[in-house]
Amino acid sequence: MRYITVLILALLPMFAHSQDWEDRQVFGDQDARHSLRILSSTDTSFFAPIIESFIAQRPDVSVEYLVTGTAELDVRFRQNPDLYDVVISSAMDLQLKLTNDGFAQRLDSLVHPDWAQWRSSLFAFTTEPAAIVINTAAFDGLTIPATRQDLIEVLRRNADLFYGKVGTYDVRLSGLGYLFATQDARASETFWRLMEVIGSLDAQLYCCSGEMIDDLVEGRILVAYNVLGSYALARADTKDALTIILPSDFPTTMMRSALVSNATSDPIMSEAFVDHLIRLQSEGSAKDFPLPSLDAFQDTNGRSSISLEPALMTYLDRLKQQVFIREWESAIIQSP
Amino acid sequence: MTDEVVVFGSLRNRLAMILTGGAALLAILLFVVVRGYAAQIAQEGQDNILSASVSSILDSAVLRDGAVQLDFPYASLSMLSTPADDRVFYAIYEDSTLLSGYDGLETPPLVPNGERMFTSAQYDNATVRVATASRTLIGADRPRRVSVSVAQTQDALAETLNRISRNVAGFGVGFFALATALAFWGTSTTIGQLSRLTTSVTRRGPQDLSPFLKPVPSEMVPLVGSLNTLMARLEQSLKQSEEFIAEAAHRVRTPLATVRSYAEATLQRVQKQENRDALRSMMRAIDESSRAAGQLLDHAMVTFRAENLEREDIDLDGLLRELVQRMSPVAEMRDVALHLESAGPAIIHGDAVLLQNAFRNLIDNALKYAPIETTITIRIQTTPRISVDVIDQGRGFVPDEMDKLAGRFVRGGDTGDHIGSGLGLTIAQDVAHAHDGTMILSNRSEGGACVTLLF
Repeated sequence: MRYITVLILALLPMFAHSQDWEDRQVFGDQDARHSLRILSSTDTSFFAPIIESFIAQRPDVSVEYLVTGTAELDVRFRQNPDLYDVVISSAMDLQLKLTNDGFAQRLDSLVHPDWAQWRSSLFAFTTEPAAIVINTAAFDGLTIPATRQDLIEVLRRNADLFYGKVGTYDVRLSGLGYLFATQDARASETFWRLMEVIGSLDAQLYCCSGEMIDDLVEGRILVAYNVLGSYALARADTKDALTIILPSDFPTTMMRSALVSNATSDPIMSEAFVDHLIRLQSEGSAKDFPLPSLDAFQDTNGRSSISLEPALMTYLDRLKQQVFIREWESAIIQSP
Repeated sequence: MTDEVVVFGSLRNRLAMILTGGAALLAILLFVVVRGYAAQIAQEGQDNILSASVSSILDSAVLRDGAVQLDFPYASLSMLSTPADDRVFYAIYEDSTLLSGYDGLETPPLVPNGERMFTSAQYDNATVRVATASRTLIGADRPRRVSVSVAQTQDALAETLNRISRNVAGFGVGFFALATALAFWGTSTTIGQLSRLTTSVTRRGPQDLSPFLKPVPSEMVPLVGSLNTLMARLEQSLKQSEEFIAEAAHRVRTPLATVRSYAEATLQRVQKQENRDALRSMMRAIDESSRAAGQLLDHAMVTFRAENLEREDIDLDGLLRELVQRMSPVAEMRDVALHLESAGPAIIHGDAVLLQNAFRNLIDNALKYAPIETTITIRIQTTPRISVDVIDQGRGFVPDEMDKLAGRFVRGGDTGDHIGSGLGLTIAQDVAHAHDGTMILSNRSEGGACVTLLF
């Protein structure tokens, strides 16, 4: 544990030592009797309606919503689990490890499908596929890729066009990026070939989906690999400019999950919030719940999301992580 | 009789107790053994999976550039998924240095290469099962010993065990219930044989001393045999004593008749008043003895014949008419009239000798107690049942003694100077019983005793 923390601390010096948040917002009456601190990796815009409908039902609650990256979220929470009541993250592996390590409280009264929860402590409430997002205009006259293999072909053939214009997660900075990359690598060797191609095109590396989409919209990059499609879809200004492709060879679908800190000061209200969250994902309208529900991207033949199981901790192993990041670096960072 | 027998426990209860107690013991034993066995198997199952996980991690260990690397497969931890979402911990050591995983899980023990060690331990407030194995990697400079421990909580195991326990407890209870039902059934069947024997003993008439001939289970043969022997002896000695009494009475009666006739003859000759008085007393004593001997003979005869009734259709009217006629002279000597009230023939199926004997004794009794110049009424009724009343106009029975008078040699307290052995009512009652009838003693409101034989 300590080693992973140390590793991540070493990798993220600027985030780990900063107490700045990507976003920090307080909902409800400041003097309310109950106050919840929610530590989240999800942009505030997606959570504002969810928190507002929660507060509407319980006027005596105020919610402080703190946003940071998935990897840093894990570090901060492990340092001070008593400062936060609810932890929401898209990095399933880190969330599962937090639960496995005893940071999460059992919420036995919540009813949730077995595949979408772990130990009645970690509750998944969205399904969000990793997507290839392209700048539609740039692909004028080119085949729109449907699979990773197609993407490799297109990038190779048009190396001049795409040089320096392909973005993906920096798996060293983003917990979600690391999860997507490791799951891709598990699924197919194509991932490594794609990484090599992207690397040869001087890949742009990002910490977050939001920034990647910003750069796509503004044309600084033309292709983004393993972006959260839900973020692209949610932005009104991207409709015409961007095309979202869910690779048809194999999907990598993440489930956003929530847990209640074992050291929470208000277990009842925290549980009520998680209950509200999982209720809203199945019953709420798109306005109340702007994220894709649990069933939104489930294959009719069976679940295609990454399973919530202890095996998620495999790539969090220090030695495995070292090996993986070394391989990833050697693929993506190619000195010219 | 039962209140005189000392009761010590109950065979049925003892048998039921042994059988149900045994069943309970077996059920508990079944539960303990099966649960223990299930726990062992379930633990072996978990151990096997942990062992496989350890192997797959250990197998991925390689030395690269002088450093130990482990690129273990996703399946190593994936295989540890359980329905109860058990927590998983692992630790990888190179010699005694933690390379990766959870600190403090297990200090690397000295497990020989290729062997597995399983322990139960506490980690992070949970009971975990730990599997440990190690492997030596031969490096260029020196050998490295890599140890891997994989631990898993036991929630799923506990759930499985609880389910098995519930099922086995169910089986145990079912087994116990079945065994108990069988025990009760077995007990009551066994004891039923005894009850049947008891019933057949109880149901016998008071005179029936014949052996038991119905088939009985072999275990009861000695009991029934002893019972039969006892009854045979009893019957034998009863018969002997009755024969003895009859013989004795017979032998006494004849000499008594002789003595009486001498006494009577002497009375004719003696003139002195005091001698005459003495002789009269003597004759009265002889009469009493003779009468008693007669009644003893009658009683013996009734007892004997009651067992072997010679039944035929008898008209009580005719029988009593003849009897009254025969006894009238004796009655006249005492200035007592015998009056027969009859509405016609009254036919019963019975033993004429016995019936005659019974009525003679009753009339004799009545004559004894009837004051001079009174009437003894013998009334035959046919409705609702055939009954015969013998009614006198004497003092009647003493109410307190009525239920005892039918006993042998019991005489009323106010018999005064009347002679008798006290067997008369006994004889009448035995005869009535032999004919499935009853004898009822009563006092009439206008005075006088009434004896009713009801058939």
